Amino acid sequence: MSEAPAAPLSASADRAREQGIDLLLRPPEPRAGWRLLPARIAAMCAVELQKLRHDRTELYTRAVQPALWLLIFGQTFTRLKAIPTGGVPYIDYLAPGIIAQSAMFIAIFYGIHIIWERDAGVLNKLLVTPTPRSALITGKAFAAGVKSVIQAVVVIVIAALLGVALTWNPLRLLGVAAIVVLGSAFFACLSMTIAGIVLSRDRLMGFGQAITMPLFFGSNALYPLDVMPGWLQAVSRVNPLSYEVDALRGLLLGTPAHLALDFAVLIVAAALGITAASALLGRLAR
Amino acid sequence: MTTTADAVTCTQLAYAFGETKAVDGLDLTVREGEVFGLLGPNGAGKTTAIRCITTLLPVPSGMVRVFGHDAAGERMGVRRLLGYVPQQLSADANLTGRENVSLFARVFDVPRRERAARVSQALAAVDLTGAADRLAGTYSGGMVRRLELAQALVSAPRLLILDEPTIGLDPIARTSVWEHITAVRAATGMTVLVTTHYMDEADQYCDRVGLMHHGRVRALGTPAELRRGLGERRGAAATDPLPTLEDVFRDVAGSGLDDQSGDFRDVRSTRRTAQRVG
Ligand SMILES: Nc1ncnc2c1ncn2[C@@H]1O[C@H](COP(=O)(O)OP(=O)(O)O)[C@@H](O)[C@H]1O
Ligand SMILES: [Mg+2]
Repeated sequence: MSEAPAAPLSASADRAREQGIDLLLRPPEPRAGWRLLPARIAAMCAVELQKLRHDRTELYTRAVQPALWLLIFGQTFTRLKAIPTGGVPYIDYLAPGIIAQSAMFIAIFYGIHIIWERDAGVLNKLLVTPTPRSALITGKAFAAGVKSVIQAVVVIVIAALLGVALTWNPLRLLGVAAIVVLGSAFFACLSMTIAGIVLSRDRLMGFGQAITMPLFFGSNALYPLDVMPGWLQAVSRVNPLSYEVDALRGLLLGTPAHLALDFAVLIVAAALGITAASALLGRLAR
Repeated sequence: MTTTADAVTCTQLAYAFGETKAVDGLDLTVREGEVFGLLGPNGAGKTTAIRCITTLLPVPSGMVRVFGHDAAGERMGVRRLLGYVPQQLSADANLTGRENVSLFARVFDVPRRERAARVSQALAAVDLTGAADRLAGTYSGGMVRRLELAQALVSAPRLLILDEPTIGLDPIARTSVWEHITAVRAATGMTVLVTTHYMDEADQYCDRVGLMHHGRVRALGTPAELRRGLGERRGAAATDPLPTLEDVFRDVAGSGLDDQSGDFRDVRSTRRTAQRVG
């Protein structure tokens, strides 16, 4: 029989009610297993949106680069007609590539962010909550996706202002959002995986710079696969960014694309990324 | 039949970082409902022990139980019982106080319909209602600590674990943090495990303390017991002032404290005068 704690507990319950903190006596019911993951994803996405609401400067500063790409590179090469785009103006051809690029730049930052959270103690605190490591990583991956979608909207608006003929079909735009989320989830996990390997912010910064440009230039974001030399085609074929760009082109411009393959590759890439980053998260916590 | 399990039991817990034996055979029992202070100088292994108890580190050797749950085998179960405030000030500066607490309500599965009320109660319990909608980046150190206390409280933990909650705070903020810990404990009846290297705080606010040195607990008891015990061992007269907890610590740590980068300012200054002949 365990009657001993009953007295002090009910006494403190009275005190708690007086102080208006009675809810803090009752632990919340654990969520059933399958509802845990969506709940954690929602929590991480909510944090991302709250941060964006408090400070939108990043949204604007990150709009400068894509705007320049479209304005300068896009307009110049549209006139030069140097790149075979299958009939669409080059700036139109470029716009989906730039959307994918700016989404990737945002996602790649998540590795640095998680190291910063580790150094600040925020990560440790989250790891002492009923959140499996894979759920934490998936939550962050989707948060990167949400932020990237918002950035994509900005780039789409810029592109539209520059006269790019994009679709306004809501179903296709939904597909665009899904592709951007999947692509960003992969790149966020890629950088969180590298974070779990190199463990320090400085080394990760070096890595980030060393991989983002090759990922971008080694994809079909700027030019079609067929004009690349053989070795670059090979790189581009294993680069998830190419599949993201292909899908975005298909959805936004209506050019021929391999949507099913693109979705499949991005889903598998994101799943692999989540697995790798979750496995390495423990190293960051030590 | 069932006796209530102790809040924390560590049996021969050991953890090494490479060659450094941070925790080296720790035996520790925290009883339900008490405020237990784990004391020791910097490098004693307090944080490492805490990180094993909170499931942040694995338990490579020995055993850790939290209310009977194995910290190595039942991690999720253990985490649901814990509120944890780490050594660093670790609120998210880019969120408001309320959003910071709300995040922890979400990740502890507080249902949406009671989330707002619960978050408000947690903020009220640490007197941050007025500052709740300001960004945490604008808070003072003491306010951040109280915010972290609210983050830990929102899930109604049975065991609150605080690692050096007053480190780096000014004396007024230190007192305020301790008063909130004490008040919340009185109101909720939760168990508190706290580490500190401020002996005076432990003496004043802890029911029982364990003095930790080189990865092990060297003395255990209520502050009064430990101080009286040392007084008796020294054969002090009843009229003499009782030794302080620092005296007790110096006594149990022995000469080992010298080669340690121990950080009791008082201990060091007294020792410096006493033993400059190295
Ligand atoms: N992540 C780590 N890697 C290597 N050594 C560590 C690490 N964390 C702590 N240590 C070492 O373990 C010992 C105990 O540290 P710690 O548990 O932080 O002590 P305390 O919290 O009592 O100050 C120290 O010698 C410290 O240098
Ligand atoms: Mg410590």
